[in-house]
This record gives sequence, C-alpha cells and structure tokens, in this order.
Amino acid sequence: MAVDSQQKTNTKSGSAFLAGVWRMLTSGRALSQRFLISVVLLILLVGFGILGPLILGKNKPMAIVGGLYDAPSAKYWLGTDNFGHDVFTQLMFGTRTSLIIGTIAGGVATFIGVLIGTVAGYRGNIVEEMLMGLTNVVITIPSIVILILLSIAVKTRSIVTMGLIIGVTSWPWTARAVRAQTSSLRTREHVDIARLSGAGTLSLIAWEIIPYMLSYIVMAFVLQLSGGILQEAALSMLGLGPNQVISLGIMLHWALLWESVRTGAWWAFLPPTLFLTLIAFLLLIVQSSIDEIFNPRLRKA
Amino acid sequence: MTKFQRYLLNKVLWFVLAFAVALVFNFLLPRLIPGNPVDTIVAQMASGGGTSGEALQKVYVAYINEFGLDKPIWVQFFLYLRNLARGDLGVSFALSPARVQDLIAQALPWSIALQLPAILIGWVVGNLLGVLAAYKGGWLDRGAFTLSLFISSIPYYCLSIILLYLLAVRWTLFPPGGGYSYGMSPSLSWTFVKSALEHYWLPFLSLVLIFIGGQAVGMRAMSVYELDADYVRFSQSLGVPDGRIIGYIFRNGMLPQITGLALAIGSLVGGALITEIVFSYPGIGTLLFSSIRQNDYPVVQGVTLLIMIAVLLANFAVDIAYGFIDPRIRARATGD
Repeated sequence: MAVDSQQKTNTKSGSAFLAGVWRMLTSGRALSQRFLISVVLLILLVGFGILGPLILGKNKPMAIVGGLYDAPSAKYWLGTDNFGHDVFTQLMFGTRTSLIIGTIAGGVATFIGVLIGTVAGYRGNIVEEMLMGLTNVVITIPSIVILILLSIAVKTRSIVTMGLIIGVTSWPWTARAVRAQTSSLRTREHVDIARLSGAGTLSLIAWEIIPYMLSYIVMAFVLQLSGGILQEAALSMLGLGPNQVISLGIMLHWALLWESVRTGAWWAFLPPTLFLTLIAFLLLIVQSSIDEIFNPRLRKA
Repeated sequence: MTKFQRYLLNKVLWFVLAFAVALVFNFLLPRLIPGNPVDTIVAQMASGGGTSGEALQKVYVAYINEFGLDKPIWVQFFLYLRNLARGDLGVSFALSPARVQDLIAQALPWSIALQLPAILIGWVVGNLLGVLAAYKGGWLDRGAFTLSLFISSIPYYCLSIILLYLLAVRWTLFPPGGGYSYGMSPSLSWTFVKSALEHYWLPFLSLVLIFIGGQAVGMRAMSVYELDADYVRFSQSLGVPDGRIIGYIFRNGMLPQITGLALAIGSLVGGALITEIVFSYPGIGTLLFSSIRQNDYPVVQGVTLLIMIAVLLANFAVDIAYGFIDPRIRARATGD
C-alpha cells in the first residue's frame, strides 16, 4: 500500500538524495526531529543486540540459570523463561537475530525486486511481459504459504536460510513499483545519450536509472526490512523459526506454548512483544519521513 | 471475440497458471524434506513406547501405501490431483484415521465466524473514520489519524498478546482464550452459544482494531487527495451540506478500498493465523500450529492449499470486478 503511493514520488538523482537527507537533518523542523529520534532509537536497538552482550558480559543465551518463570531479580533483570534461560540475555541475542534476518531478507528482496523491475521497465516488450507475468504469478500466491512450505522443506534453518527464504518470497511488490518508475525514466534524455554512446543494459541501469530513484529504493528497503523482521517472527511463532538460535519470534513461540501470558509471567512475553512493536513502528516513521522529504505534497498534512 | 472477452480470457489464463504453480509448490515442497516423512512419524510412535516392532512395521507399510510414497514422483502427483478432484486431502498423520478435509471442516467455521464480521465492521468503520478525519481535519484528524497509524503499525499478533494480557489476565474482563468453556463440546444449545460468544469478544476486538486502523489510514490518504478536487470545492461553494460532500468523497475514494476488502476476505483463512494461536481459538491457525508441531504434513498441506485457493479466488474476483466497475480499465480492455 505504502509502496504504491510512492509512485508519485519525484525521481531524483543520487546526489539530490543525499542533499535532501542533509537538508532534512539540518532544518530542525518537526519532521527532522521525528526522523532523528527514530534513527537514534534504531541505532540503540542495533547496539543493544550487537554490543550489549559484550559490554554486559551476558553472552550465553542458552545457559540454564534458573527455574520455570523465575520473577525478575537483581541478577536476572527480566527473570527466566520456561527453560530457565535468562530472558534479558535472550532479548539481546533475539534482537540481534531478528535484525540480521530482517536485513538479509530486505536486502535480497530489494535486490531481486530492483533487478527485475529495472530490467523489465527498461527493456520493455517481451522481456517486460515475461518478467511482469512472473511477478504477477508470485504476487497472487500468498507468501506465508510459500514460507511455510519452504521452511518445512529445508531440514535445518540457519539465520541465513531464513533470511533468504523470506527475501525470495517478498520481492514482487518492489519489482512492480520499480518497473513503473523505470518506465517513466526510460525516455529521459540522459538515458538516450548513454544508450547512444554504447552503454550496455546493466551498466546503463546502474548509472542512469538507479541513481534517479535511490530515495525510492531506500524506502522500499526499509519497508522490506520491517516486513522481513515481522515475517520471521510470524514463522517462528508458528514453530518454523531458525534452529539453535534465539530470535524475538522464538521467544514468543515458547512464551505462548508455556502459557506465560495466562500465568502472568509478563517478563517472558512482554519484552519481545514490545521490541517487535517498537522496531516496526520506528521503521515506519523512518520510511514515512523519507517519503515526506521527497514527496512535498504529503508534508501539508 | 470482443476485446473485453479477451481481457477476461487473459485473466482466466493467468489465474490458471498461478493456480498450477501453487499446486506444484504445494505438492512438491513437503516432499523435499530430507528422508521420508513417514520415517519421522514412525520414529515418534516408537519413542512414545508401547508399540511393538512388528506393529510399527505394519504402520510403516500402511502409511507408505496410503501416501503412495513407493511410487515415482510423477505418479504421486497424478494421484494427488485425482484425490484433490474428489475433495480428498488424505489422512492426518497425527490424528489418523481422521481425514484432513474433516479436520479443516471443523476448524474453518470458527475462523470465518471470527474474521468475517471483524473484516466487514472494521472496513465500514475504518473508511468512515478515514473520510471524516480527512474532511474535518483538526483534533479529529490528529487524534483519530495518529491513533489509527499507531494501531495499524503494531504487528497484529503483538496487539493480540497485549490485549490478552491486559483484558483477560490483568483485569479479568474476558475469558483467557479458547473458543468455548473447557469441557463443553460444540452443540447448538443455548449454554454453548453463550459460552462461545463470551470467548468471541477478545479475539474479535484484537482483529477489528487492526482492520479499522489500516482502513482509516488508507482512506484518509485517498481522501486527502480528493479534497483538492474541483467537485469538492464547487460543492462547498454551493453550500452543499458536509454529509453529502463526504458521501461524494467516499464514492470517489472507494475503488482501492473495495480491492482491499476483497483481498482481506480472500486472506481471511491465512490472515490471522497467529491471533488464533494466541487466543487458542479453535480455527485454522490453531490447527496449522498443532500440525506443524506434530510433523503432520498432510494437514499442513491441506491448510496451505486452502489459504492459496482463497487468496487466488479473491484476486480473480477483484480483477474481473474491476473490468466491470472501473470505466478506465473497461475502456482499455475494449479499446474505446
């Protein structure tokens, strides 16, 4: 939905993109404050997941340190889960896993989507028909089904496999939107000049097309990142999460299975729930702020 | 053949193709599992104890025959298609001899009863709220819009968990899950219906809030674009009452929202799997959850097939309906 609405975004070159970001950061308006606060909070979350275990010396998420749902204490700030693991340590490692899977998934999805979208939009004709036909077929098959089936089909699911599985099922929306943008860019003069001077299709796409929709691609990536994190959580809660690691979704999976909600052990289910909500919310604000900068019509409201 | 018929035929062909791809995926992927799914099941039974080796051997052979796993893969695929055509989805591994279609038939009414009203009510309320917020502006816009944006950005299962904890555990306003009171069995008696209704409100609330939020945000965005349109300015300058102008905006902003409604109904089966799990609601989500835990592949496959068919049909219906409703698409299709 959000991706579609951005088709109206003005297309700008890469340098204009950076200039736009700079203008926003230095303008000191409410928009830039909102953007800055969410970026700072996101960086804190990344730091929490990656540096937290090092700084706090809590680096054994699978160590059994207590009993079934021990309440929070001075030593274990968020108590223990159903297996007696320290929830706080699990939260740090879970955040890390979820962010990594989301990044891989978002990267893969954005890459495939941009590749298919630009090639289809630039080449046109039969190539476009075939690539968009493929996209339309993939779009109509619900991704959760393919995710479930793929996750069952691979025996062991590592962090990377999970990221790839989610990435290869979520690119069609990006492809469709990028194709629309590319079609409108194709007829620009600078593209003609590059073509006349003998540039190949891929280098032309990389140097003459992609820089002009960079803001758009960044937004698509942010949405895919957020989507990837939530898809991972959903799969993990269904019992199809990555093996041998902890993620926010896996924490919720066990918390639900061992009835932490109904027994009132809030420390087991509330932290991952709030973290997922926070990550989704922050990424949405970042995405909508970027959108507002490049789409002035939205700024009025 | 007119161009409009060609448009229809084109759409039909695309959906037949998508359906074929979906069927092949649904058939093939679970069969890629390293080893044999029957091995897993038999190993589980053996570790449960109480079953002699000879009995296990019999179970093994029976399963291999039942699923045709000793035949070449293309024969298996045709057997699968033949059974599908008869509406037979096979036997559940975990609840044998229960048939998959019967398990699904038990769970599906719960999912539909939970979600269809939530989708419809959420759609109507959300769209009205969206138009009102865009048209009236001011505090209504700020309040309703910010709240909608916040609620619709919460992952739906996170909202379910928070509501369950707050409204059923912290303050015991609602029963903490299940479709009806423990120890009851589904019947059409008054006590059962009353109990089912008590258990209904909380999952319903958690779904309807998400729908209202999502629809309101979408409709507000559509309406903000419409506000600048000439017909709105003109009506205002003529002194047309607000209610009627809102009605005009509503109709003009409606088309994408109707798509949203149809797609939401299509994704009904697979759309709230985890809400059902959170509330232990006896629908498709809970069925899928338990079948994944028990490696009950026939049930998993049956559920994924059902989700796919529902989504494909909804997409198809939207495309066909657009051909009729939207004059622009009709014009393109008929070449006017």
